[in-house]
Amino acid sequence: MKHALHAEWTKLRTLAGTVWLLLAAAALTAAVSAAAAAATRCPSGGCADDPAKISLTGIYLGQAIVAVLAVTVVSGEYGTGMIRLTLAATPRRVNILAAKAAVITGLVLVTGAVAVPVSLLAGALILSGHGIGPSRGYPAISFTDGPVLRAAFGSVLYLALIALLSLGAATALREAAAAIGTVLGVLYVLPIVAVFDGDATLTRHLEQIAPMTAGLAIQATTGLNSLPISPWAGLGVLAAWAAGSLVVGGILLRNRDA
Amino acid sequence: MTAAMITPSRPAPRAGRVGFAHLVRAEWTKFRTVRGWVIAVVVTALLTLLLGLFIGSHSHVAPCTSGPNGPACRYIIPTGPGGESVTDTYYFVHRPLAGDGSITARVTSLTEATESAQTVNGRPVSTKPAVVPWSKAGLIITAGPSQGSAYAAVMATGSHGTRMQWNYTGDEAGLAGGASGTSPRWLRLTRTGDVINGYDSADGTNWTKIATVTLPGLGATVQAGMFATSPSQSTATNSGVTSESSGSSGATDATATFDRVGLSGGWRGGSWTGTSVAGGAGSPYPTGHEAGYRQAAGAFTVTGSGDIAPDVTDGVPVDALLAGVFLALVAALVVGAQFMTAEYRRGLIRVTLAASPRRGRVLAAKVIVLGGVSFAAAVAGSAGAVLIGIPLLRASGNPVYPVSALTEVRLIVGTAALVAVFAVCALGAGAIVRHGAGAVTVAITAVILPYLLTAGISVLPAGAADWVLRVSPAAGFAIRQVIPAYPQVDVSRTPFNDYFPLPPWGGFAVTCAWAALTLALAAYRLTRRDA
Repeated sequence: MKHALHAEWTKLRTLAGTVWLLLAAAALTAAVSAAAAAATRCPSGGCADDPAKISLTGIYLGQAIVAVLAVTVVSGEYGTGMIRLTLAATPRRVNILAAKAAVITGLVLVTGAVAVPVSLLAGALILSGHGIGPSRGYPAISFTDGPVLRAAFGSVLYLALIALLSLGAATALREAAAAIGTVLGVLYVLPIVAVFDGDATLTRHLEQIAPMTAGLAIQATTGLNSLPISPWAGLGVLAAWAAGSLVVGGILLRNRDA
Repeated sequence: MTAAMITPSRPAPRAGRVGFAHLVRAEWTKFRTVRGWVIAVVVTALLTLLLGLFIGSHSHVAPCTSGPNGPACRYIIPTGPGGESVTDTYYFVHRPLAGDGSITARVTSLTEATESAQTVNGRPVSTKPAVVPWSKAGLIITAGPSQGSAYAAVMATGSHGTRMQWNYTGDEAGLAGGASGTSPRWLRLTRTGDVINGYDSADGTNWTKIATVTLPGLGATVQAGMFATSPSQSTATNSGVTSESSGSSGATDATATFDRVGLSGGWRGGSWTGTSVAGGAGSPYPTGHEAGYRQAAGAFTVTGSGDIAPDVTDGVPVDALLAGVFLALVAALVVGAQFMTAEYRRGLIRVTLAASPRRGRVLAAKVIVLGGVSFAAAVAGSAGAVLIGIPLLRASGNPVYPVSALTEVRLIVGTAALVAVFAVCALGAGAIVRHGAGAVTVAITAVILPYLLTAGISVLPAGAADWVLRVSPAAGFAIRQVIPAYPQVDVSRTPFNDYFPLPPWGGFAVTCAWAALTLALAAYRLTRRDA
């Protein structure tokens, strides 16, 4: 297992794309978050805004880049035929998947740990400049505040779980374009379909089980009662999606010719 | 050395040159022989149809779910003479008018108040002065005091000056400014057969005609008189979701004072009747509670609540039936990108380019095949979803916002064309980045993510959302807009509430411009770089 881990780390580390994708994920997360904060105005006061959530808007885009990185970790090997070498070197195939999962999780956690605090700090600065801050009765974005800490830690974990979900999907589907299409389809399209279904109860249920809407409940620091699912339970739903995708991917990896 | 080896100066017929039709046929063969692509396109078209049928048969509009008869409650939203859903709730002080005649009155005040949510014996415990821009008080001639009747009215409004409005959708501006004791507004309606003229005046001597309208089939005897009404107010939050401010029901009422009421022509009955024009119990429109009139010394004070306007909030917009198109769109983007990147991955591109050295034509052939296939699949799926879904919606008791046949065609064909154009964008992205996962990610984040953040779950603030839907490739989703943006109805016109910042074909043009840009870049990359 240690060797598998070392091998995966070497493969990922020496790919030129990895570091660029991670940098892009962090930069775009922070940039979109700052842009969303800059676009938020509340001239009359009393808007039902959640400063921490606005400051983390960039996660919506950042997750796509994390997903594509996780997908290429597996699909790239199938594309080049490298996978046969990997499987020959580590015949216990589940170990390969576990090693890949560990390495990608670590990298994404580090990226998230940079992107999320930067986004929150930028958001706090910009939003309080627009009068959406503690001076007008909004909750402050402070890292000693329980809900804000939950949103911050949760968003980092969210990115890691998205990476695991994508890793499992890529292991099951192998083809890179199909895998990333499936992952982003599940993330982005399920919430849209949920809104349109015309039945409030069903919409709520769909928002409770869709990985993105459930997982991002963790970002809420105000108005928890109107959430479709409570923050940690929502992240749990995403974790279940990630686990399910890894299990399916693992089973297919074990029982299928490469 | 034979003569044959001294090559002719004329170039030999180029064996590799094929007609464009052959090229298209070659690309079509490549497309249809990849099983995954065909399955993806066909299955998502089927899902579009099935999701449309599901939404059609399972929708319950929100006011209905909490209705007195449980989730299956059915109420009837009145429809106006043009077949559109309307709101028609006001207080009406009226007398019958047989044949031709006219009514004149002076409005000396119009004030509005918000009603508290808490009520005692059906009346609000308190009211608070407010400004309601589209409160209305004035004169009205209507076929009858039932909801959805044909009418024409001249009125003073909260902050939109004097207006003449008719049959819910018609609206013409008269004098600017509100009505007050120092600056009253004189109003006059005359009826000649089916033709009604509306006038206003600041002094009662110099009259200006606002508009002449024809109300076909008005009937010999109509009801005419004074009315007052005021639409409910909801405060828009930044995210576009409306919420009611604390302590207020959102309902407002308007109180207007009329005097110098003058009648001429065939008026019947000696006295005025007060009628609260409203839906029955369980009506979704918050009618408000303060309604009535007083008559003293030739002056009338009329208080009413509601609106006489097109209803744009209660019905199901038919574009909801096309939710499944987003699944078809994901498939189209993935297949579109792969249609290009698969050539690079397998080295097929070298054969393709050897067979057709004019590389731009290869791209054109791919565009035609991909665009044609995704359009055909999407149009089949969305036509089924809309054409079967609408009757299903009606059959399950939902009020459907009515759309013209032309709008229906635009919704179906436009949405399918949008899917095709987006697929072509993904093809272009594939030619530019030559990497399947990269192209798909770029395409989905450029097309679906902007829609999701603005109109889907509304993450961005309304102003930024409008801006994103003007310039991003997602602008084309404006093709889904089915409810007209009536200026005389105060609703939060955000993308989340189904209002797009660009007109349908304008938004579509923005998407096409993106596709053209992507294709131009793709053609440049394809011709200038080795495969």
